Amino acid sequence: MLSSILAQIPWQAPTIDYHAIAPEIVLAAGICLIILVDLFVSESKKWVTSTLTGFVMLTALVPVLTLAVSDNNVRSLFDGRYVIDEFALTVKALFLIAGYVVILMSQNHVEEGDYYLGEYFTLLLTSVTGMVMMASSRDLVSIFVALEMLSIPAYMLAAWRKRDRKSNEAGVKYYLLGVFASAIMLYGMSLLYGVTGTTLLSDIGRQLTVEGQFGGVQALAITFVIVGFAFKVSAVPFHTWAPDTYEGAPIPVTAFLSVASKAAGFVALVTLIYVGFPQAKDVWQPFLWVLAAITMTVGNLVALRQTNIVRMLAYSSISQGGFILMPLAVAGTGDAAGPALQSVVVYLIVYAAMNLGMFAVVIAASRTTRSGEISSFGGLFSYAPGLGVLMTIFLASLAGIPPLGGWIAKFTAFRAVLEAGGGWGYGIAVIGAINSVIAFGYYGSIMREIWMKPAPNGETSAVKTPSSLIAAMVITTAGTIVFGVLPGVVLRFGDLADLTGAFGR
Amino acid sequence: MLTTQFLLLGAVLFCIGVYGVLARKNAVMVLMSIELILNSVNINLLAFSVRHGSVDGNTFALYIIAIAAAEVGVGLAMVLLIYRNRRTIALDDLSEMKG
Repeated sequence: MLSSILAQIPWQAPTIDYHAIAPEIVLAAGICLIILVDLFVSESKKWVTSTLTGFVMLTALVPVLTLAVSDNNVRSLFDGRYVIDEFALTVKALFLIAGYVVILMSQNHVEEGDYYLGEYFTLLLTSVTGMVMMASSRDLVSIFVALEMLSIPAYMLAAWRKRDRKSNEAGVKYYLLGVFASAIMLYGMSLLYGVTGTTLLSDIGRQLTVEGQFGGVQALAITFVIVGFAFKVSAVPFHTWAPDTYEGAPIPVTAFLSVASKAAGFVALVTLIYVGFPQAKDVWQPFLWVLAAITMTVGNLVALRQTNIVRMLAYSSISQGGFILMPLAVAGTGDAAGPALQSVVVYLIVYAAMNLGMFAVVIAASRTTRSGEISSFGGLFSYAPGLGVLMTIFLASLAGIPPLGGWIAKFTAFRAVLEAGGGWGYGIAVIGAINSVIAFGYYGSIMREIWMKPAPNGETSAVKTPSSLIAAMVITTAGTIVFGVLPGVVLRFGDLADLTGAFGR
Repeated sequence: MLTTQFLLLGAVLFCIGVYGVLARKNAVMVLMSIELILNSVNINLLAFSVRHGSVDGNTFALYIIAIAAAEVGVGLAMVLLIYRNRRTIALDDLSEMKG
């Protein structure tokens, strides 16, 4: 059977544009290099691996930049299964820079905890490679491979502190729910292949029936696939793993999961919706609308009563995910496709800067407080004014106060849903507006703690922050402030015409 | 056509797997249920592949088999870790963190 099918198709090697996949090649070579280096350096020199990992990430950024300035805007490989366009390049750069910041944050944290340095950075790099692949994948198979490549190392990173019961629990919860979700997603993909006869997303988009006419199987397939990624972006009700995993995992890993892994989920969701299902908006629009509405609301309301700062940030990141979903829920209505895509990309970039920064400050401050309780951050400003001010900046940005980055992200999201208009658009805009106000409650309570309260046990010695952590904070603060003051810088990145073409307008 | 029976088998396996994941309390049993779902996906893909007369489904199934093996490797390692620290693999006992 198989051989007779194969005999019909004369096989010829595809032509490969090596410039286009140079970032992936650099990363793959880097993974091998770091495993080898880790084998041969002595225990006291393991920090070399972290420096090397950072170097590999920045090297991979070079071809991304040369591709961005080259004349050839859209490079399509393997019959359109792997596409390098402006959207892909923008999010690739985002993943690489976010990965670099996480490495800066991890350096001292992992070293002092006496973890397995070389393996840690190898896995981190593998996960980033998966994300970079996800940005270009335009085929069900490559999306699946990229998803697993970014998830499997992340499961291991969450359970990194082997002897800590909380970390074990974090890893297992993440793993079981993650694998379950990807199994459901695969079932949806197999049905998609069944009804369209192809795994190429653009062909699926063409085959998936004309607008408004749907069999149950198509609807089921699309729903299952979206559920798989709703888990990845921790949308309510698929969020139950997120708070426990974020609390139990080492904090740099939490930062990585809440920013990079979540961004990868959104990138996949965007590619699927814009390239694969543009005709099927009657199925995914209401579904995403409900997801976005309850994700914002539940995330915010539960965040209000958290006492642990990492847990609170977990729920805050769930509700921010709702805001990123918000424009996607109306992406098929009217002319909203372009603004919706722009707002998702802009929100992801700004959110990466401010959330990574927030986690970097928490890591730095908890070197003295030695606790994750919000009350232990009392009086932070009095003994560590620098950290106090930075934390205030990031909190204000997360809450969406102008002129910081978070404000421009929220602005683009609301502009996109208002552009769509109609009952659905205005409805979600109202829910979003109410939620932005609720969010001030918990972000404000931390600010009050830092500025107004005295230090809990008279601990007022100055905080010593390692230089790599300072570098991470400088990068993220610069991002948060520059995107807010000069929104043109980041809005230009979101101005992507190539994906929206699939909607046929 | 014969492929319909295979699709039916896939659907039944999928349902058994989902039930197992939701109802079982033992981590290894949950892992096995997830394997059932993945295999139902493979059966589906192969049946559709025959129906469409294309190799795409076969290729997809090969990828799934390989990656599922990697996934289970990680999963069993974690279950072992839990067992070493707690002497039990009952998922209900994993409740250090609440809220």
